[in-house]
Amino acid sequence: MEIWISQLFNGLSVSSILLLIALGLAVTFGLMRVINMAHGEFIMIGAYGAYMTQQIFKSALPKSLFDAYFPVALLASFVLAFAIGYLLEVTLIRFLYGRPLDSLLATWGVGLMLQQLARTIFGAPNVAVSSPTWLDGGWALMPGVVLPYKRLFIIALVAFCLFAMYLYIYRSNAGRRMRAVMQNRDMAACLGISTRRVDAFTFAIGSGIAGIAGCALTLIGPIGPSIGTYYIVDAFMVVVLGGVGKLVGTVAGALGIGVFNTLFEWWTDASLGKVLVFLCIVAFLQWKPMGMFAVRSRSLDG
Amino acid sequence: MQWMSRLPRRAWLLIGYAAAAAALFSAPLYLNDFRLNLLAKCLAFAIVALGLDLLWGYTGILSLGHGVFFGLGAYAMAMHLKLAAGGSRIPDFMGWMGLTKLPWFWEPFKSFAFAAAMGLILPSALALLLGFFTFRNRIRGVYFTILTQALVIITVTLFVGQQAYTGGTNGLTGYTKLFGYSLTSGTAKTMAYLATAAALLAAFAVCRYLVNSRFGKVLRAIRDGENRTRFLGYDPAYYQMAVFAVSAGLAGLAGMLFVLHVGIISPTMMAIVPSIELVLLVAIGGRGTLIGVVIGAILLTQAKSQLSASYPDFWLFLLGALFIVVTVFMPGGIVGLIRQARQAILRRRSENEITLDSIVPKSNGVV
Repeated sequence: MEIWISQLFNGLSVSSILLLIALGLAVTFGLMRVINMAHGEFIMIGAYGAYMTQQIFKSALPKSLFDAYFPVALLASFVLAFAIGYLLEVTLIRFLYGRPLDSLLATWGVGLMLQQLARTIFGAPNVAVSSPTWLDGGWALMPGVVLPYKRLFIIALVAFCLFAMYLYIYRSNAGRRMRAVMQNRDMAACLGISTRRVDAFTFAIGSGIAGIAGCALTLIGPIGPSIGTYYIVDAFMVVVLGGVGKLVGTVAGALGIGVFNTLFEWWTDASLGKVLVFLCIVAFLQWKPMGMFAVRSRSLDG
Repeated sequence: MQWMSRLPRRAWLLIGYAAAAAALFSAPLYLNDFRLNLLAKCLAFAIVALGLDLLWGYTGILSLGHGVFFGLGAYAMAMHLKLAAGGSRIPDFMGWMGLTKLPWFWEPFKSFAFAAAMGLILPSALALLLGFFTFRNRIRGVYFTILTQALVIITVTLFVGQQAYTGGTNGLTGYTKLFGYSLTSGTAKTMAYLATAAALLAAFAVCRYLVNSRFGKVLRAIRDGENRTRFLGYDPAYYQMAVFAVSAGLAGLAGMLFVLHVGIISPTMMAIVPSIELVLLVAIGGRGTLIGVVIGAILLTQAKSQLSASYPDFWLFLLGALFIVVTVFMPGGIVGLIRQARQAILRRRSENEITLDSIVPKSNGVV
């Protein structure tokens, strides 16, 4: 029983990080038909943003303030990734709309360059970010089951981001414009929505959320220039499994992949577990080729 | 220059191919062993690029998983070489992992013919299987691409994880003999090179035949309008599965030859980055043209071996920049650039004198 609870908790924790990463991917793909392979590098940017914030706190501010660095780092990671995402959209991505396969290759090149840039600036070895002291320890749920505060904090953070995204997409004017562009770009443009601005802003928000994910990852382990590549393919699988265009699809996809990944790896071993998850996804797509929750449309080449 | 235009285009093509083939087969005469080995590697990659071009350039399906098919072919050959090197003993890494008996699926690889056949059949069968479960459900475009990338990840994890059977991270290496001859000798290297050149020519001929046949026309129809093709009464899924399998088989063939030249195969060589570099080979030469991807593959592999050793940091920047430049500015690759230049020249000429040729656009036949 105890082991079940801790495994499920681990799965939930993995899913929450996947969800944070996949949110941006699902939105940009649904909106612009652009596959952003450099998304993983925004995780890396966020992680190094947290690292830099910590270095500044260490060197410039009194020690008593050190624990306050983490909220600042979260904000800094978001802003940094948001800004670079916006820049990337304006300079490159907008030339690639509607060409998913080409965008995939071009953004992969961007990712490669960003990784190499990080390697040049921060060095190839991983760097460690020490987590704030108020996240040390864990919550003893029952004898034998301790849930680390860090993981709990990440889950809470993801829940918060998800809620904010929900409000943004479904309850705000900007979100309504975004959904309009997603559903019918030409019609939305005719009605006076600046689709260019919506695209750029949405892309930047997706990147910013990936930055937050990167900041959260610094709580779990050391970070390095290629940290994004560990997560990016799984995040894409979340998008494929969950379907494009609905928030709930991404949530369900992330939960499914995260939990099953953990369970299969527990039952078999790490390498066989991944194979089983892949087989399950392919099997699931036999039943629902468009993913769990797809926006229904009557167009043939959707 | 008048006499040049008297010969029909077809004859020029044939002369060009004959000259290229002659240059390839006479390479051992004027290249030293090191250069020859490098060129052989390039030719092996050109074979993968041809297969990938059939899939991506002609059918519009992008696979980021060709590293896996390449790797499967390479492992099949390496398993045979490993067994041949060890004689009656089991391969060394199995001993370290505590195995005392050869696993049953290694047993038949003692025969070269079986290993060579498996190097083609395994990749094709895996491609057919994946294609069967995706194309039939009309999973295509980026969804398919992402699935192939996931295939890479799980294959690499599996090969690293099942160390006792695959050699783990180190892969398979430490073999020197094929048919009892040493692989490192000059003659063996020349023979391996010639075999690769012959394989490339054969692959080129097969691909050329395929794309000019009715089958090739259907492939292009699928690329340009899958649903229209379906409404015309063709089932795209079977064509896609077939071309995916052929493409994977070519990658397997290239993998087998690659092992002969390099003497090692490890999971790193079939991981995500090498797989996506294969796509760049196709993109840079010009997808949708056969001769273009061969040239692109040879050039890029040469450049990689020159630059990545001496300036590893610079090489990664260059590789990233190449991806961006090629997809954004020159989607037709090198061949596309040449075509644009030729059309620009023709246009300038036609401004001076109006001829029939410039009014009637020449059909852009596939080279």
